[in-house]
Amino acid sequence: MQNTPSVATPDSDIAVEDVSLRYGRGQNAVLALSDLSLAVRPKEFCVIVGPSGCGKSSLLYLIAGLQERTGGTIRVAGRAVSEPGADRGMVFQAYTLFPWLTVAQNVEYGPKRKGIAAAERRRIVDHYLEEVGLTAFRDHYPAQLSGGMKQRVAIARALANDPDVLLMDEPFGALDSQTRHAMQQLLLRVWDHQKKTVLFVTHDIDEAILLADRVFVMSGRPGLIRKEISVDFERPRAMDLVMEPAFIAMKREILELLRGDGDAR
Amino acid sequence: MTISSTLPSSKSERGHGKDGQGRPDARAAATPQARPALTENHVRQKSLTRTLFTPFGPIPPALAAALGIAIWVAILGIWIAVTHNGLVEPIFLPKPSQVVETTVALAQSGELWEHTLASVKVVLIGFVVSSLVAVPLGLTMGTYRIVQAFLDPLVNFIRYLPVTSFVPLFILWIGIGIEQRVAVIIFGIFFQQLVMIADAARSVPRDLVNAAYTLGTRRVETVRHIVFPATLPNVLDILRVTMGWAWTYLVVAELVAARSGLGYISLKAMRGFQVDVIFMAIAMIGVLGLLTDQSFRVLRRLAAPWAS
Ligand SMILES: Nc1ncnc2c1ncn2[C@@H]1O[C@H](COP(=O)(O)OP(=O)(O)O)[C@@H](O)[C@H]1O
Ligand SMILES: [Mg+2]
Repeated sequence: MQNTPSVATPDSDIAVEDVSLRYGRGQNAVLALSDLSLAVRPKEFCVIVGPSGCGKSSLLYLIAGLQERTGGTIRVAGRAVSEPGADRGMVFQAYTLFPWLTVAQNVEYGPKRKGIAAAERRRIVDHYLEEVGLTAFRDHYPAQLSGGMKQRVAIARALANDPDVLLMDEPFGALDSQTRHAMQQLLLRVWDHQKKTVLFVTHDIDEAILLADRVFVMSGRPGLIRKEISVDFERPRAMDLVMEPAFIAMKREILELLRGDGDAR
Repeated sequence: MTISSTLPSSKSERGHGKDGQGRPDARAAATPQARPALTENHVRQKSLTRTLFTPFGPIPPALAAALGIAIWVAILGIWIAVTHNGLVEPIFLPKPSQVVETTVALAQSGELWEHTLASVKVVLIGFVVSSLVAVPLGLTMGTYRIVQAFLDPLVNFIRYLPVTSFVPLFILWIGIGIEQRVAVIIFGIFFQQLVMIADAARSVPRDLVNAAYTLGTRRVETVRHIVFPATLPNVLDILRVTMGWAWTYLVVAELVAARSGLGYISLKAMRGFQVDVIFMAIAMIGVLGLLTDQSFRVLRRLAAPWAS
């Protein structure tokens, strides 16, 4: 584990430079992010870990173009971010499946917006439902699914749109620990098949180390990256990795970094 | 409680959705006569009353249907009793049979249908015209702050004005034709629809819209692709409720100035002391209201099967 400097290079898929974000004005202003920089290389799985309220969601929303930044630049696949677009897929912590569409129609939504022909859409939907193991539920409505299933559909929906980068904002945060572990394994498997540039946000240190090529440790008020840690454990990684001494050592290091930061709220 | 929950008979009596809380007691099933009938009855009765009066607890569907009929039988019974005993003058309250006879007579002469049709026509025109504008405008208002900021002060002023106070003005402006009654209905429901539909649009989760953006939805498509389908069940409920109000305003309009319609024949019947005709008109409006209400429920199930 070394501390690699986060410098945006021309080949970075996500390049965040000196980004700051202020909510509100005057007396009530909150500086959520201050001169934050990070870079994610193509096909890299990066995880931001930090206490709740440190500005993780805000950062992802900025990259997605869903929120306007106060300063700095953000480039995704070489293009400056100014508004949301299909090139940046996102999986939210809240359940955001379209309740009026079936599972298959939800996955089909993005390709349909792009104007992809019906036969090809069908192939895409079949493929990604297969990937997340929900082929049997293709005609169900979201209301009929469990929380874990909903997030699996959300992942399939984001991937079916073939974005340049995939942003994930604590997608498993609302799930029980059993389901969460299963989802982590599923995500690792899917990512192994469809190598995407991923920026994943969590407050769970185990989850961060288990998933990441690189972990950004973030602290809050104002939010900035404390340290970057390369995670070199061999893939595929199984759950019992969390009991390895090297894993525990890394976990301790991150805990030390976050200590005293507590709940940033 | 342990005993009753392991008794097969009492278990089926309890009517709970899940009856898996006790394994069937093999001993009791093998030798049912081992338990005195009295005890079993006692347990069963106790658990039955407990079941029926459990807060928020379910009741058997057959019982629900029977209770629904019972209230009508009771009302009809009281009605028959007080009219046949001469307790109430027929000029104030006709016998049920009298109402039926009048209804049949007016149905055969065609008069009933003529006036029913006249009323239905006014309600439908008013309701459809109002809804066709209120749904898209309400959704736009709830989605775009700028539209809301523009319309809110006006809408919130008008919607607290009693429609009835405008009836004289409408008569002055547009006479007593069908347009006047349609105007009363539109004025009565349009602003309410607008406010409620805008509220429904505003309550669409922001992350649902955000997710749509990240999937390539353009901003101008938000209302049509996201807000409209997301609020459809709510909008249909709002339409169903305001349809009921439309009937109220129709009768108001017809009582004041009309040459046809169920409200009009009620007014005419009052002048001629034909209470049975008034009862018929009221019943007819009730039936029509019930029909439209049920139609909207069916429509909601068909149009928004995901939200049931
Ligand atoms: N819309 C908003 N208005 C004002 N403050 C906000 C808003 N959204 C987030 N914040 C504040 O910004 C900080 C970062 O929030 P957020 O990005 O949600 O953190 P995280 O995702 O790490 O929990 C918090 O202190 C939060 O209170
Ligand atoms: Mg968050």
